[in-house]
Amino acid sequence: MIPSAFDYAAPQSLSEAISLLQGNAGQAKVLAGGQSLIPLLKFRLAGPELLVDLRKVPALDHLEERDGHLAIGAMVRESALEHSALIASRYPALLDTSSVVADPLVRNYATVGGNVAHADPANDHPATMLALRATAIANGPNGQRTISIDDFLVDTFETALAPDEVLMELRVPRPAAHSGSAYVKLERKVGDYAIIGVAAQVTLDGEVCAQAGLGLTNAAPRALRPREAETFLVGKRLDEESIRHAAELAASAADPVSDLRGPADYKRAMVRTLTTRALRLAAQRARQA
Amino acid sequence: MAVAVQGMGHSVKRKEDPRFLRGKGNYVDDLKLPGMLYMDILRSPYAHANIKGIDASRALAMPGVLAVVTGKDLDAAGLAWMPTLMSDKQMVLPVDRVVYQAQEVAAVIATERYIAADAITQIDVDYEPLTPVVDPIRALDPSSPLVRPDRENKTNHIWHWEAGDKEATDRLFEQAAVVAKEDIYIPRIHVCSIETCGCVASFDRINGKLTIWMTTQAPHAIRTVFSLVSGIPEHKIRVISPDIGGGFGGKVPVYPGYVIATVASLQTGRPVKWIEDRSENLQADSFARDYHITAELAADADGTMKALRVKTVADHGAFDAAANPSKFPAGLFSICTGSYDMQAAHVEVDGVYTNKPPGGVAYRCSFRVTEAVHAVERMVDSLALKLEMDPAELRLKNFIPPEKFPYKSATGWEYDSGNYPAALHKAMERIGYQDLRREQAEKRARGELMGIGISTFTEIVGAGPSHTFDILGIKMFDSCEIRIHPTGSAIVRIGVQTQGQGHETTFAQIAAEELGLPVANITVEHGDTDTAPYGLGTYASRSTPTAGAATAIAARKIREKGKLLAAHLLEASPDDVEWVDHQFQVKGDPSRAKTMADIAFAAYTNHPQGMEAGLEAVDYYDPPNLTFPFGAYICVVDIDRGTGEVKIRRFLAVDDCGNIINPMIVEGQIHGGLTMGMAPALLEEITYDEAGNIRQGTFMDYLLPTAMETPAWETDKTCTPSPHHPFGAKGVGESATVGAPPAIANAVVDALSHLGVTHMDIPIKPWMVYKVLEEHGLAQP
Repeated sequence: MIPSAFDYAAPQSLSEAISLLQGNAGQAKVLAGGQSLIPLLKFRLAGPELLVDLRKVPALDHLEERDGHLAIGAMVRESALEHSALIASRYPALLDTSSVVADPLVRNYATVGGNVAHADPANDHPATMLALRATAIANGPNGQRTISIDDFLVDTFETALAPDEVLMELRVPRPAAHSGSAYVKLERKVGDYAIIGVAAQVTLDGEVCAQAGLGLTNAAPRALRPREAETFLVGKRLDEESIRHAAELAASAADPVSDLRGPADYKRAMVRTLTTRALRLAAQRARQA
Repeated sequence: MAVAVQGMGHSVKRKEDPRFLRGKGNYVDDLKLPGMLYMDILRSPYAHANIKGIDASRALAMPGVLAVVTGKDLDAAGLAWMPTLMSDKQMVLPVDRVVYQAQEVAAVIATERYIAADAITQIDVDYEPLTPVVDPIRALDPSSPLVRPDRENKTNHIWHWEAGDKEATDRLFEQAAVVAKEDIYIPRIHVCSIETCGCVASFDRINGKLTIWMTTQAPHAIRTVFSLVSGIPEHKIRVISPDIGGGFGGKVPVYPGYVIATVASLQTGRPVKWIEDRSENLQADSFARDYHITAELAADADGTMKALRVKTVADHGAFDAAANPSKFPAGLFSICTGSYDMQAAHVEVDGVYTNKPPGGVAYRCSFRVTEAVHAVERMVDSLALKLEMDPAELRLKNFIPPEKFPYKSATGWEYDSGNYPAALHKAMERIGYQDLRREQAEKRARGELMGIGISTFTEIVGAGPSHTFDILGIKMFDSCEIRIHPTGSAIVRIGVQTQGQGHETTFAQIAAEELGLPVANITVEHGDTDTAPYGLGTYASRSTPTAGAATAIAARKIREKGKLLAAHLLEASPDDVEWVDHQFQVKGDPSRAKTMADIAFAAYTNHPQGMEAGLEAVDYYDPPNLTFPFGAYICVVDIDRGTGEVKIRRFLAVDDCGNIINPMIVEGQIHGGLTMGMAPALLEEITYDEAGNIRQGTFMDYLLPTAMETPAWETDKTCTPSPHHPFGAKGVGESATVGAPPAIANAVVDALSHLGVTHMDIPIKPWMVYKVLEEHGLAQP
């Protein structure tokens, strides 16, 4: 459980961080909360030559609404999300998610940005960000750019970030009136990665679904947006029948693998169950909103 | 009462807790000695391979690396192999082949821990992979590759063991109206003590003395074995077992790392520290369970049980390194007739080698009793289903009746005492059994699923007696030495070794009760072979039955002398002095009394002429029999029809461990044991793929339960003292681990029994339950 030797830098500014990444092309890793990276180092599954710790880089830990969206600085800890009144009042899916990431000790260190940028399909936030239609703000030698979450998540452990780019912020559009969201996770024990997780957000116009967003955790090589299910829901009465049909479509979209968390057909069934439950809960919250 | 002794029955706060709670415990890894070196171990990626060569030159060239130890080096010293507790031998380091994944291949000795970790990656091993033997049943096929070609017998079969009367059993089965039969697998699991294993071996070249600080549950036996194997005289070996962060049976065996570190210290003349990583502990140290059981239970049509027949294949991995008494290769598995009065039973076990880590330790279980209890408790429920009888009613009908104790079981054990109906009635009343059955019927009508599971287990703990039990020939007595100081305080030294059981508190309470001294004035010491009396150690719930008894008897020996001193001080005849309310008094005259503190002072300042000064005693206690604690556990589960998850709604444990020393500690033992019992029922298992790769090699997949998975346990008790123990106690440390798994498994099977389910192997995972729900159209998001 001892990593191989590496250098460590804690730059004081974003530009310093970027130049460190630039100067160690492909051999440096950004360290945020470290809750995924440090275990990989200790198992010697990753062996970067340099860790660039973002802890001293200013202005990465903001959590506030501005210009019609929620801005989550890349270094915002899961526990900050978990205990934020703003999140609890308007972004219930984010509260659900941050409450089931690993365990409370890990959440005191783990960052939302790291959870997304690690691009592990088993991480919880990518699916939620898909459902909430988030965008990622990245900064690199060529300046700042905005990437939709669908483009940001490329494959297992692979994002659209260049090796010398840093994820700065995640932006979640402020939900319209009569919206509700939820994240439902099935895990073997607390702290485990999801067997399956499902995030949902719906906007109601009366009883009709005006907008729908869905995201699946650990159902494919990357966090998955079941588009057909989303499309199907729009314009439908959000009742048990349409929810179940959407859940069937989500299950068909899933491409899980058999492993110790269960056989693939069980996981597919769990996409069905959890999509149903996430949509029920999101709809209930939308009605109350 | 003259002084507040806080002896038997008091919930005294644990004396050891202040140092643990303040982070001031003293574990092996806390030890730092001048000039200390560090060891790390290179382990095999293959389950089965020839080693064509080991090239350590790159590692040896690294600054700070002093040595790389290989099997060839050890072989030259005759130490490439070591004996196991079960008359087998085990590789310390391999000379030419590895036989399980994560087996030790070579060790680096370096000046720093980090250098050692880097250096093991620089050792080049030329492996030639061989076909691994993974399935123990197929291992018995003559065409199977051999795990152990070093043995004379060219087979993977290790031994055959049986108990009971085969003919009588077979006859009863032929006549039986009803036979229930199940294949029951008890998965391989791991103790996962929070502290991993390790040692600091320090050989002093000046005085020729070897001191080993070691995470061991049995320091004295280790000293003897080390002396016999190494040839170092026993007085030149000192084993110190400091604070131990959990043992659970996993710290009974000798692991190769201990031996390699010792050899390295002998060779360098410097202290060598070896502390396992968590993964090494999980992947390579002794496993528990791994029994493939076929069990049959025969009964009359009215439900009267007649006989039990059990056949088992025991997967022992590559070496038979189980931690059992010498004559018991399958431990006390023959206790599998449980709490039930049967005419006959026959139990067979066949031990088999596979390319997996060795072991068969008694994981918080008195030598394979968990396996026995799970088998019989599952079979009782299976029989109840066949008979369409309530499982509680079937148990009550077949319990050994209280008046039949001491009871001779069909496999030869003599149960000391028990009152099984009392425990089950108490549990049923408290949990509201009949109401729960009504609720279940209503829910079933609506398609909802809940289950009620019962386990009415009998444990067998406290080995000796020495006529039957030994470890490598050393008889399983245990010991206590008490010395009372002039001002009325005392030191109690015991031959057993605490790993969290609270010995520093409970043994002080035993002495306090017997001596009339306040518990606060009694120090308990153990774990240092230079100071503690010889004992066999703590495992298999044996401390209170053996060393606890020795403590009471040693104290009573002191009281014998104390009586003479009291008579002297009271100017009375010893015949007129009696021990009442924790002090000596003249018969019938409480105003003329002397406390033990008075007696102690006199023993050093005013003892009668002709009497030896001092006040101390030693006792080596050889129990006349084992003790048989028991319990009635009831578990209520709800099944999530959308996911197959099993939720424990309630779990009530009614335990009977005879007279209790410290109720708070017993309750704590039961709470912890229940969580450890829930673990294999719902979460923990170790499995291997076809190449012999472990599939749960880290805590990501080895699902150790936490407080979050733990339901709110409910506990209660009955009290049936052991008639042969000096203060009527029985062991309790493992009852809950043993009793809980079948209660949970029975509850899940009960929830699904109307769908035709009669058995599910543990751990019962959500997808297994969901499959049943789907098949019967009961799955519902």
